Amino acid sequence: MPADRRFGFRTRALHAGTPPDPATGARAQPIYLSSAFVFDSTAHATELFSLRSYGTIYTRLGNPTVAAFEEKIASLEGGLGAVATSSGQAAQIVAVLALAQSGDHLVASANLYGGTVTQFAVTLARLGIEVAFVADGDPAAMARAVTPRTKALYAETIGNPRGAVADIGAMAQAAHAAGVPLIIDNTFASPYLCRPIEHGADIVLHSGTKYICGHGTVMAGVVVDAGTFAWAEKHQLITQPSPGYHGMNFRETFGEYAFLLRARAEVLRDLGCCLSPMDAWLLIQGLESLAIRVEAQTRNARAVADFLAQREEVAWVRYAGLPDDPEFRRAQRYLPVGAGAILTFGLRGGRPAAVAFIEALQLWSHVANVGDVKSLVIHPASTTHSQLTEEEMAAAGVGPDMVRLSVGLEDVDDLLWDLSNGLQAAHGAALAVPTA
Amino acid sequence: MILRSPAERKQLLDDRGLIAIVGASSNPLRPSYFVFRYLLTHGFAAYPVNPAYRDVDGVRCFPTLAAFAAELRPPDVVDVFRKAADAPQVTREAIQAGAKAIWFQYGVINQEAIQTADAAGLAVVVDRCMKVEHARFAGGLTVTGMNSGVISAKRRLMGAR
Repeated sequence: MPADRRFGFRTRALHAGTPPDPATGARAQPIYLSSAFVFDSTAHATELFSLRSYGTIYTRLGNPTVAAFEEKIASLEGGLGAVATSSGQAAQIVAVLALAQSGDHLVASANLYGGTVTQFAVTLARLGIEVAFVADGDPAAMARAVTPRTKALYAETIGNPRGAVADIGAMAQAAHAAGVPLIIDNTFASPYLCRPIEHGADIVLHSGTKYICGHGTVMAGVVVDAGTFAWAEKHQLITQPSPGYHGMNFRETFGEYAFLLRARAEVLRDLGCCLSPMDAWLLIQGLESLAIRVEAQTRNARAVADFLAQREEVAWVRYAGLPDDPEFRRAQRYLPVGAGAILTFGLRGGRPAAVAFIEALQLWSHVANVGDVKSLVIHPASTTHSQLTEEEMAAAGVGPDMVRLSVGLEDVDDLLWDLSNGLQAAHGAALAVPTA
Repeated sequence: MILRSPAERKQLLDDRGLIAIVGASSNPLRPSYFVFRYLLTHGFAAYPVNPAYRDVDGVRCFPTLAAFAAELRPPDVVDVFRKAADAPQVTREAIQAGAKAIWFQYGVINQEAIQTADAAGLAVVVDRCMKVEHARFAGGLTVTGMNSGVISAKRRLMGAR
């Protein structure tokens, strides 16, 4: 029974979606590691398969432990519901294919993770879905890029890797004026720092692998829907009869749940990129401590940014929490609690200095990941963004001198000590290659 | 009274009254058939009202709300699957048949009908689906990752499928 009280973020992180188990009274969320679920009768099975009743059928379509995670993240983002996927990339493709088909079009900010750029520019293009990338995520330019076939606008709250903060409110206005939803990838911020739906976004995505999990253990993604977008005739996949269900119309039948049920019952069903119940359980554990982790990591990140900004070896630091950062004012609006725990900086010695810096570090793990409680470091130009063309790299703000840090929960003095050693190595490398 | 809060809609469903589904279809792809089947399989006393059929899936179908009320008793809830322009007429028939509540399904939004029903003292639900609302409260939608809004350390009752 929904109470009238509006419970706080930390309370919902602990309780939403995970009340005591109805079957056993277990206080912790049980792991329902079962591929399939028995039917009461063939008639019951028919009602479930035709979507006339809701219930458990087969874990690719839904699972009680996965659903507990989905409800928890939906509650934290302020959404109507969620669909969990096997990775963040899977969440993107599920959200896009729920809305768009061959001949359709998306408008995306160019401030994107490299893997998203390749999924959009290469794989979606092969499926006949064209994506227009707009420099700096300028909302007015995004509005101008809309065509009659555009099905959504797309951006990241905090762009990977340069840290550009999306003007979600203005993007939502542009999207809604064009009659399309705004999709926001909120991975870098996490719902603790930013809830895009509160600023007008319609659909929120996450790579659950990052802050939601928090411990660098599982691959996961999730699609959250606000449930408030007014689907119109141009959104044929939502508002026209579906051949996947004998001609059923999702909007007519499910109202505000139309997008979520189409994403689950057609796209997730057919692509098969479902989340494992075991992994969902780890994500539930992660969400329980999301607020205190992200709060402490953000505090450490600010200390790291301040430290780097004062070092001679460092040419520039990009962290939206620094008052002189070009993103600072926008971060004050969209990330008032803190600008997150991921930052980038450039070394005066260019690529050789960046390489020497990373290889000299003892405590920072050199991995292609972010959002772990352990501190992580990477050179985007040679890894996460290396499949991009030079133009795409420039548009995403990735230069050869750039190093990306994901700041963890270690004692901050230890982190700064290690960075200091790395910077000395970088300085040595810069001296050895003066032309770099 | 227009029922705007989830708690009020839940109470209306929990009362388990006699339901008349106006505009019920026997076409298995229509939302009205979905709701009819759902209510039947979840133990509700729900009967279709449509002059086109004598029965739907073997359940007696009434030609009008007046015939429904005469043969059974006045419906507690009239669930409306008709185009919005027809809603005022259905509302007048529901009032005449002695209905206590009227539920306008997704897209059946007509201010005249809402005001008429409200003025006659009926409980009114607008632009909601009875099946979706029941599944939201009974836990069925929870297995599809929907945000129920439930925050409780009490054990939930079983059997709400």
